[in-house]
Amino acid sequence: MSRRPILAAALAVVLLLAAVIAALAIGRFPIAPADLAATVWAKLTGGAHGLPPAAETVLFQIRGPRVLAALMVGAALAAAGAAYQNLFRNPLVSPDILGVSSGAALGAALGIFLSLDLWWIQGFAFAFGLGAVAAVYLIGQAVKGHDPILVLILAGVVIGALLGSVLALLKYLADPYNQLPAITFWLLGSLAATNTSDIVTTLLPVLLGLVPLWLLRWRMNLMSLGDEEAKSLGVNVLRVRLAVIAAATLMTAAVVSISGIVGWIGLLVPHFARLLAGPSFARLLPVSVLLGAAFLLLVDTLARTVARIEVPLGVLTAFIGTPFFIWLLATARRSWQ
Amino acid sequence: MMLSVENLAFGYTGKRVGAGVSLALGAGEVMCLLGPNGGGKTTLFKTILGLIPALGGSVRYGGAPLTQMTHGEVARIAGYVPQAHSGYFPFSVFDVVLMGRAAHLGPFAAPGKHDRDIARQALATIGIERLAEAVYTRISGGERQMTLIARALAQEPRILVMDEPTASLDFGNQVRVLERIQSLARAGLAIVLSTHDPDQAFLVADRVAMLHEGRLVRLGPPAATITPESLKLVYGVDIAVVEIAADGGRRRVCVPALDAMRRSTPPAPSR
Repeated sequence: MSRRPILAAALAVVLLLAAVIAALAIGRFPIAPADLAATVWAKLTGGAHGLPPAAETVLFQIRGPRVLAALMVGAALAAAGAAYQNLFRNPLVSPDILGVSSGAALGAALGIFLSLDLWWIQGFAFAFGLGAVAAVYLIGQAVKGHDPILVLILAGVVIGALLGSVLALLKYLADPYNQLPAITFWLLGSLAATNTSDIVTTLLPVLLGLVPLWLLRWRMNLMSLGDEEAKSLGVNVLRVRLAVIAAATLMTAAVVSISGIVGWIGLLVPHFARLLAGPSFARLLPVSVLLGAAFLLLVDTLARTVARIEVPLGVLTAFIGTPFFIWLLATARRSWQ
Repeated sequence: MMLSVENLAFGYTGKRVGAGVSLALGAGEVMCLLGPNGGGKTTLFKTILGLIPALGGSVRYGGAPLTQMTHGEVARIAGYVPQAHSGYFPFSVFDVVLMGRAAHLGPFAAPGKHDRDIARQALATIGIERLAEAVYTRISGGERQMTLIARALAQEPRILVMDEPTASLDFGNQVRVLERIQSLARAGLAIVLSTHDPDQAFLVADRVAMLHEGRLVRLGPPAATITPESLKLVYGVDIAVVEIAADGGRRRVCVPALDAMRRSTPPAPSR
């Protein structure tokens, strides 16, 4: 047993705490860390904090929910990415490989196109995300005689392309003054509109996804050996794969429905986590969750402070993610071989 | 019988590889499967282990039909040693060996002290305790093969199915693997292994099965089975079987006869 995984977890926790404090403190209405503590303490004990009431509103109504949403979305995307990279034995796999994001994007665009409420738009995104992956999985079951993993990935690519073209059609037909900007904005990802009820409704599917992944943590290591070898060791490969796909899809669809499309996290964070914590999923999963939460929170904090207008999350994750990923590829071959 | 195979047809949908294979294996017995490249040895093993469905016939483990067993049940009886591969993730050798415990654990369970003790024992049996903390993807091919054998032992199986355990090993490692096979059989394991080298069958096998075009053309003790005729049939080349004095006794070895050697004059240059 090396101490590396423990150090990795400690590093991730410290990073996460720093990100939370920074995210709560920084903004158009800056709150000093000491005042943060005073406000939270006052809220907990019901006492007075002697700060302007605006501080409390900003902290508990605006920044607090947004911080929680960023943590949850980042954690869920990173966990789903870590699970898929193990399952598909491929470092270039992200949670959208089976079409969950394309499905969610189409669902949200359809909701916007039909001028539905935000609640319905989120519901559509969630349902279409699940539906896309279900379709991909059924195709994978129906096509026999090939490597099942390969069939799944190809089906994901094909369904993703089909959904993408339907999305393009919707954008083409959408009202260019109201609907098209809303669709485009959704596709770029943002946490600006999240509120407390979003977090509450998303938390359940995220936990429903995380718990089975954690329970299957040791089996996940065996899945990385490939189907035949895992079977020869006594693993019920079909059932574990279905459970992991269902869990990862549930989480991803749920968070994407409140954040829009946020790329890179599910690809990048598990890579980095594997570098720090090693290949064992029991360590990889928690470190991925912590780092994913911290990373998205930092990116979201940047997104709302770096310019006068909000920068879309998807744009920032790509700006930060690309050089980081290239650096990882150049220096960290050992995380795979 | 620990393993009995009856009139087995095997292959993939639309591509039958072999048929009519019948064999049986008892405790402490070593059976060596010989056959040419692409002759279906691996496919036969995978069918026996239930990794691909049989196209006909039956496989039984201690009387229980394979078709009614789960992968977990098979894995508790038969340990599979695949050809050493490079691996995908940098797990430690100990973690790889510990994976052999999967069949004894529920889907949500992680290995405990008991399982770690068994994994450590398996490493000791194979003599690679010193590799426990080494990274599987960075050790040599021979060490990987030893690791996979230790992993199969951690399954606590009664049968070992080994797919070319000496392929791609240097001479020293080949001998080491054969020595392990012999000592494991003495400890009561039934072992079936495939190999490219008939000499290995003379060294360790109680019985030899020869696979040719998907059928077992010979099955019996090495001395009676491995003959110039059967080798010519299976490999299509002339091989002499000679007796030599070794280890204070006599032993048979195969000696290939190259075209050029048999000619009294050097071959004429072509064209």
